[in-house]
Parts: sequence; structure tokens; C-alpha cells
Amino acid sequence: MDSNLLSLLIWSPVIAGILVLATGGDERAGIARKLALGFSVAIFLLSIPLYTGFDTMTPDMQFTEHYPWISAFSIHYALGVDGISMPLILLTTLLTVVVVIAGWQVITDRVAQYMAAFLIMEGIMIGVFASLDAVLFYVFWEAMLIPMFLVIGIWGGPNRIYATIKFFLYTLLGSLLMLVAILYLYNASGGSFSILDYHALPIGLQPQILVFLAFFCAFAVKVPMFPVHTWLPDAHVEAPTGGSVILAAIMLKMGGYGFLRFSLPVTPDASHELAGFVIALSLIAVVYIALVALVQQDMKKLIAYSSISHMGFVTLGLFVFNAQGAEGAMMQMISHGFISGALFLCVGVLYDRMHSRLIESYGGIATPMPVFAAFMVLFAMANSGLPGTSGFVGEFLVILGAFQANPWFAILAALTLVFGAAYTLWMIKRVVYGKVASNAVAALDDLNGREILMLSILAGMVLLVGIWPNPFLEVMHASIDNLVQHVEVSKCPVICR
Amino acid sequence: MNLHTLQTALAIPDLFLAAMASVILVLGLFADEKKRDLLCYWLSVATLVSTAFLVIADFSTESAVAFNGLFVDDPMADLCKVAICLLSAVVFIYGRDYNRQRGLFKNEYYVLGLFAVCGMMVMSSANHLLTLYLGLELMSLCLYAMIAFYRDDQLAVESAMKYFVLGALASSILLYGMSLLYGMTGSLALPAIATQLAGVEPGDLSLALAVVLVVVALAFKLGAVPFHMWVPDVYHGSPTSTTAFISAAPKIAAFAIVLRLLIGGLGDQHGLWQEMLVILALLSVAAGNIIAIAQKNLKRLLAYSAISHMGFFLFGILSGTAAGYSASLFYVLVYATMSGAAFGLILYLSGKDFESDRLSDLRGLGRRSPGIALMVLILMFSMAGVPPTAGFFAKLSVIQALVDANLAWVAVTAVILAVIGAYYYLRIIKLVYFDPPEIERPLNSPADHQYTLALNVFLIVAILPWIGKLISLCNQAIARFVY
Repeated sequence: MDSNLLSLLIWSPVIAGILVLATGGDERAGIARKLALGFSVAIFLLSIPLYTGFDTMTPDMQFTEHYPWISAFSIHYALGVDGISMPLILLTTLLTVVVVIAGWQVITDRVAQYMAAFLIMEGIMIGVFASLDAVLFYVFWEAMLIPMFLVIGIWGGPNRIYATIKFFLYTLLGSLLMLVAILYLYNASGGSFSILDYHALPIGLQPQILVFLAFFCAFAVKVPMFPVHTWLPDAHVEAPTGGSVILAAIMLKMGGYGFLRFSLPVTPDASHELAGFVIALSLIAVVYIALVALVQQDMKKLIAYSSISHMGFVTLGLFVFNAQGAEGAMMQMISHGFISGALFLCVGVLYDRMHSRLIESYGGIATPMPVFAAFMVLFAMANSGLPGTSGFVGEFLVILGAFQANPWFAILAALTLVFGAAYTLWMIKRVVYGKVASNAVAALDDLNGREILMLSILAGMVLLVGIWPNPFLEVMHASIDNLVQHVEVSKCPVICR
Repeated sequence: MNLHTLQTALAIPDLFLAAMASVILVLGLFADEKKRDLLCYWLSVATLVSTAFLVIADFSTESAVAFNGLFVDDPMADLCKVAICLLSAVVFIYGRDYNRQRGLFKNEYYVLGLFAVCGMMVMSSANHLLTLYLGLELMSLCLYAMIAFYRDDQLAVESAMKYFVLGALASSILLYGMSLLYGMTGSLALPAIATQLAGVEPGDLSLALAVVLVVVALAFKLGAVPFHMWVPDVYHGSPTSTTAFISAAPKIAAFAIVLRLLIGGLGDQHGLWQEMLVILALLSVAAGNIIAIAQKNLKRLLAYSAISHMGFFLFGILSGTAAGYSASLFYVLVYATMSGAAFGLILYLSGKDFESDRLSDLRGLGRRSPGIALMVLILMFSMAGVPPTAGFFAKLSVIQALVDANLAWVAVTAVILAVIGAYYYLRIIKLVYFDPPEIERPLNSPADHQYTLALNVFLIVAILPWIGKLISLCNQAIARFVY
């Protein structure tokens, strides 16, 4: 199939961002906002044919584009999506609309630059998911850091500079090691940067392990996995609401996507060899980080730790090497995109009114804000994995997959359902219910139309995925099956497992 | 012997430049005093641009020698010359107002600049140790004078002195190395030296001594650690317009002589100099990046950044493969463009009686001027080697050459040091975007400065779709690099 849909999806947000930037200073903020909303909705509509035109029967790349770019190194401008990347692109385009709405009244300083940063970021993130050339992938992967760095640094909280520089350097170090691995693969494959060539490339066990570890540095930082997760709480707490949403909902998914696109298929033997190590780190994240989340005083920090814990499920699901686990991991990524995004928006709603993120500042907000309370409780339930919400589907599948690999993994992972419910519901109890904490809380206004709109979009998605996950599972089925089979076949020239 | 046998036609651009420099010098003596400087300035810029076009018009596809083998015209020389001329013209434009405000806007200044460019062009085309040395000294002497031109400024005079003494020392070391080579081979022509040395045993002590002396002298000229001491002082002390000039085009000329000497002349002795270069390069990248973190002065910071970039440039050379040399050429072209733009930005922010060279002067630039701030952003990310900028592809091609040459450990070290380097570039962006403004000077620079700067900076990103063409051009320049 030959179309330029993916290019359009990558470059139209970038151009839209430049146009929004061109509206200039804050005296024309209204135009910048409307332009940004118009563009983001248009781009979302533009991305729908990706779903409707998708052939669910084949694991092959679709909507492919292929042009030579740097012939001296045989770098190509190669794009394409399969059932793994396509849902993530739709997640990106939908959440960008939500983020633009979320920043509507809240951001009053340098509005055009704020909106432009998110639009440009959207294009770059779609580029990450759509690249089939390792250098192109790397370019998008790193380029994404620049707008995020600025978003946290310009519109962030009081400690934003520490947080944003930490965020940048952590991810940069991980990524550069990945670059060295890509260059190794380039030489090993006799001069190709095509990711699909790497999938078919036979490599011995020893180099596979080194390549795996180099990729692991990049993806584990992004996911983030214990013990390289420390940048995330800092970045989340300091980022403006929109930044937190994109960070949690999409950027973290790039780590998981990297495992699916690079680590598992390029180095299957090393993945098997080191699966125990990865699973151990995942389980530590799932259990230990959930305990850390329990004691947080700051709501954003709590949700940040909850994200790390939930992403532990993703890596666990990927490294048990069966279809349930991998599909569960994908569902968990999508669902977590909606839920964590929604929870950050909820905290943002409160913060805009009270300028505090501390749990102790609140109490009994169900009385002044009943509509908000309903939304927040729904998302909290979804976060703790209540059946009927999207949170349940992914966690259930991952636990199912883990059980096949080793019942103990499943038991430990299931513990998190208990802890997850504990920290989320305890926070809800202290914030939403109980006595009205203060006069300031009693005087809070309930949600306005804009806030109801953004939360409804996400609430709708959470329920849709929870009640009827088939449309999502269907598109990824063929690709995941193919991947799981691929990983089972050894790539070593001599037998190594 | 007539002009025909000398093949003078090959050197037309160089001769044109030298002739125009002399014309402008004489013109300065007779022209009306009021209009003299401006006339000479515009003539100089026009000369540089037309020289570049002369080179492009007759872009060689293979190498040919002229002046009985003293001078070679090959694709690499032409590529370097185009870049040298255009960058120097651009830097002249950046420095005009700055010079005018400080009484440096004199016709002599631009004549010196033109002769320096002439020296660089001779360096690019040197095929003989004497030509090479002549070009190098022509360039260096003009640069010393261009720094000392700001004679009321104590720092400028001091740094001119320092540059002169250390530059002379380096030149004498180079001459000593050359004399040893002459003694061993009986020739000063680089191709002849290469043939003569082909049979010499690698363990030969006098050859080793000659190679060491040549490498040391080149390291001095490039500013590689531990021969880098002059770089921060010269960058800092020189008037910024001159720093901009020194930081851009001469790096390309330096690339040319490194390539001519080490690969053209001493290519077979690769094993002898590779290890020295590994140490020089790693030390440069490490020291440059780490010491830069402590700097409070923007010009000094950029000087240390230059040291680390020279280290990266040496990585390509030391890999010993054609891909590596091509990567180095590409790297140096990108770096010189970025460096010229960086000093162009400082010049843009400076005003009368105001040197915008402290880091704190950049505070809140994002609010004072979003456009200029965006340029700083692009430039810093490009220098740090973060995609999507040309700086990333420069680093990528060098690291690729290292991995290709089985020097993966050097590549990994370089990569880790690059992350350390990213910190101080990020700090500049932090000052520009995240901090409130400290000074409220209005920014007003002439429109041509502004547009040239914008073009220069946005080229770093806008070239990406065509960057493959530029890399191929570098590859061709190196592939045909034969004597």
C-alpha cells in the first residue's frame, strides 16, 4: 500500500506548530489557542484512516514509505506501522487534543510557544512510532527531548530547572548508548540501518547481550524501570499539567515500544538469557514502587510513582514471552496512557484552583465539586484495575501471561493490585471524601465546560477499552503473534539456548 | 618556463583574491577618507563571495598540480576554499557594527583579513612543505595583527602576544619536523615524501621523531590538549569580531593541512601517529568539555567547546579510513559554520561599550527576543550533537568511523564525554529560556547582520533533507584525494 499518510501525520503537526509560533506574543494568545485546537483536532481526524484502513490480518508493515535520504550511509526515510505502533499513534493524536484543551485557560504566559511545543512534539512522537530506519528513529527519539525540556523548564514549578536538566541528561546518556548499539548493528549487517533488516540479522550470543544492554539503557530510562526511575517523579512534579500528561501517557510508552521494536526481535537470545534480570527489576518496580507511592504527600508524586509501578507490568508482560503477556503489555500501555493522563489532569484541575498538590490541603471536595469527584473516583478505580475499566484488561492479561511462565511472578504481580488499590483509594479517601477541610475547599468551583470536555474524552476511552477491548486487541493480534514466534527462534549461528 | 607550464589557471581564485587584497590595500591609501573604510569593507565581502563563486565555477573533479608541484587543485581543496571564503565573508558582516563601535572599522583590518584568507587557501592547496608553511605563516601573521589591531585594549594586546609567541614556537617545531623529513627523503614535495618513506621501517627513530614533531606542531595549531593553553586566552582576549574570524575558517584550513601532512605525506606511518592522536583527541574532548562547565565567560566557554570539537575532529582522522577522513571534513565544515554563528550571536548582542560575553548577559533572552533565543537554542543543541541538527550528523559520522575502525571503546568514551558536554550547552539554554532578564538593553543590529545570522543558524536544521548530498560531497572530496 502506497500512501503518504504517515508523512502527513508527522509533518503537519510540525508545520502547524511553526504557524502557531508565528502568531507571536501573548497579545494574540486567543488566536494561538484556537489555531492549536483546530490543528490538533484536524490531525486527530487525519489519523483515523490509519485505523480504518488498517489490515488486521497481516503482521507486515503498512502505510509504508521509502525514500533514500543519506546514501553515503544508506540511511533511508522509511516509515510504516504495524499493529504495535498504530494504536500508539492514535493515542498520541488523541491526547494532544486533550492537552491543548487542558492548557486553554491555565497557560497565560507565552501561549503560542506552549501550544507550538506540544504540536511539534506530537509530530516528533508520531515519527518515533512510525520510523523503520534506525537513524530516523534515533533522530525523532532524541528530538523529542528538546520540546519537553523547554516545556518543563519554562512552564514548570519552582524546582523546574533541576528537574528538566536531570530529565534531559538521564535520557541523553541512555540514548547515546543505544546509538553505539545501532552503529554496531549497522556494521554487523554489512551497512544497513533498516530496523526490519536487524530483525532478520543473525548475531552470536555475546554480542547480542552487549547490544541488548545498550538498548536496555535507553529503554529502561524511558520506561522508567527501577533503579533508573528517579528522574520521573522530579520531572512530573515540576512539569505543567500538559507536560505531565504527555510524559506519562506517551513518552513512557516509547520505552515499552522500544523493547517491542528493538530488544525482543533484534536480540531474542539475549532477551531470553536476561529475562530473569528484567523480570526481577519489573517486580521490584511493581511491588516496591507501589509501597513508595503509598507514603507520598504530593498527589503528582503519588501518580508518578504509580506510573512507574504500572509500567513495571508492561516490562513484566513483555519478558514472559507469550502472546497474553505481550498483548497485556500493549493494552496496559494504552490504558495507562488514558488513566495516568486523566489523573494528572485531575490534579491539574485542583492545582489551578488551590495552588497546592499536597494531599493534606484537601478533604471533602465531593461536597463543593460533585462532578469532579465523580470523574476522579472513576479514574482512581481504573488505576486500581477495577473490572469494566481499561486498567483491568491489561493487568489481567499480563498476570495471565506471567502465570504461564511462573506462578510466583503472577502472585507477586497480583500483589500490586492490592497495593495499587490501597494507595489510590487512600488518596481518594483523603482528598475527595471526609469532612470539608477548609473554607478555601468549601468555596471551590466545580468543573467548567472545558474541563468536563477533556475529562469526558478520557473517561469515555477508559470505559470503552474496559468494556469492549476487542477493537484494540484485534489490530495488534497479528503483529504480537508474529513477534512472539519470532522471539522463540534463536538467532545464534551456533545453538545457544 | 612560461605561464602555461606553470598551470596558473588552476590557481585563478587564489590569485584573484591576492590581487584584490592588494588593490583594496592601495585603494585605502587614495580613497576619500570618509568613505574609505566602508568601501573597503564592501569590496572585501564582495571579493570573498566572488572568490567562492570562482572556485565553484571551476570545481575540480580530479586533482591537478600547478607551479611545478607546489600547488594542488583537487575537490577537497575546492570544497575547503568555498567554505573558507563564504564563512569569512559572513563573519565580516557580523563584525561590522562591533568594529565600528570600537574604532576597528579600518580598511587595514579587512586587508589583513583577506590576506589571512589567502593564506588559508594556500594551505588548502599545499602540495609541498614550503607552500604549506608559507600559507600557515601568512594566515597566522595576519591573525596576530588582527587581534592586536584593538591596540587600546590590554587584553587584546596580551592575547596577541601570547598567540604570537606560542604560534611561533609551534611553527618552529613544525619546521624542525619538516627539516627532518627533508633530511630523510631529500624532498619537500609531499607526494615524493610519501613515496620515499614507504620503504622506511616503522621502528626508524628519526622518522618517529619527525612524526612526533609534526603531530605536536599540528596539535598546537589545532589547540588540542595538552597544547591548548593559548586557545581560551586568545578567544577571550581578542575583539569578538576577530574571535569569530579565528574560530571559523582557520579550522577548515587546519583540517586541510592535517590531511595533507598526516595522510598525504605520512599516510604510511599511520600506526605511528594514530596512538598519539587517540590520546590527544580523548584528552581534548575530556578537558574541553569538563573545563567548559566552570566558565562564566561565553567566549572562554566557546573556546573550551572548540577544544572538545577539535578532539572530535581528530577522532575521524585517527580512524585511518577514507570514511573517517570524510567524516572529519564534514565535521569541521559543520563545526566552523556553527562556531561562526555562535560568535555572530555574541556580536549581535553586543553594543557600544558593551561586550555581551558573560554568560549572565544571556539571561532572559527568550523574553527579550524570541527569535534570537530560538537561534541560540538551535545552535546549542547542534553543538551538543542532539538531533535534528547538522551537529548530530557530524558526530554520528565520526562515531560511525570509529566503530568501523574497531575503536568502539574510543567511541563509547567519546559518547559519554559528549553527555558531559551537553550539560553546559543546556545551561546556556536554561539561561536564555528559563531565567528572567537581567538587562533591558534594546537589541538593534543592522538588518543584513540579522538576516545572515538567521540564514546561518537555520541552515543547521534546514539542510537536513539534503544532508546526504553534503556527506556525499565530502566523500568524493576524500575519495579523489590522491597524489
